[in-house]
Amino acid sequence: MSITWYLLVSALVFCIGAGGILVRRSPLVILLCLELMLNAANLALVAFARAHGNQDGQVFAVIVMVVAACEVAVGLGLIVAIYRRKLPVDVDELRELQG
Amino acid sequence: MAEVVFFIAAIGAIAGAAGTVALSDPFHAVLSLVGHLLSLAALFLLLRAEFIAAAQVVVYAGAVMVLYVFVSAYVGRPDSSIPSVAGPGLKWPSIVFAGALLIELCIAILGTGLSAIDAEGAGFFSAFGSPAEIGKLLLTKYLLAFEIASFLLLVAAVGAVILARRREGLEPTGTISVTDLFSTTQDETGLVDEHDSGSMLEAGGSPKR
Repeated sequence: MSITWYLLVSALVFCIGAGGILVRRSPLVILLCLELMLNAANLALVAFARAHGNQDGQVFAVIVMVVAACEVAVGLGLIVAIYRRKLPVDVDELRELQG
Repeated sequence: MAEVVFFIAAIGAIAGAAGTVALSDPFHAVLSLVGHLLSLAALFLLLRAEFIAAAQVVVYAGAVMVLYVFVSAYVGRPDSSIPSVAGPGLKWPSIVFAGALLIELCIAILGTGLSAIDAEGAGFFSAFGSPAEIGKLLLTKYLLAFEIASFLLLVAAVGAVILARRREGLEPTGTISVTDLFSTTQDETGLVDEHDSGSMLEAGGSPKR
């Protein structure tokens, strides 16, 4: 298979994730869509690593997975804190820091 | 054979991504994302990234998704009064934006002058992408990035514990405000509450109102 196919799949998944972040209102689903975008970037990194026959891109993908795990830990901690304070779990209602 | 596996995995990945965005119940969205991650692991295997594929299944589809399942079970089903998607004022511009982004990326990928991505990929040695090779790179060429990543994991773990800690006696308020961080605990006489122990448990938030 040509590398172009992998890049097209990556682009499609990235755009689905970006649209989901803008459209959805639950912070949990927004974190899921963030995972989609990070995974699309990972797929592109691994595809380019294969295209060049160089493993550096795969190391980069491992680091991206570490960053994604950190983002999940902090994001889910925030969601649990929001829920404990009986705030609405809805990004449109959580606008205290806005402006 | 590789073509068949690619198309099955690619369709699975795209369907999983679409399900994650479209399903209204967060729990179903998490399960859909698990399917997406497993399909992506198959794509990584096709790209000779064995270690990434294994880490994807073990770390992502295993550990991280279990966290998501726990939190979605803890938070529970969203209120039916809150719609799961934004109003039409935001929804349609968002979809148009995502479509424009896709078109732009497709133009960039298909119209590129890079000849390497039209081929099957460069030649590779037999251990390409194996755990031994990735580990060797991580501990020699990318040692600094490896150490920074481990430190970042430590910071994130501590931050998650502090954020999700149970705050004793905190009455539900309507808003989270920055001033909550600076408000001291005082009783009616204006004196600082004697029950403050000065422990680390109080450091992250006001324990009593």
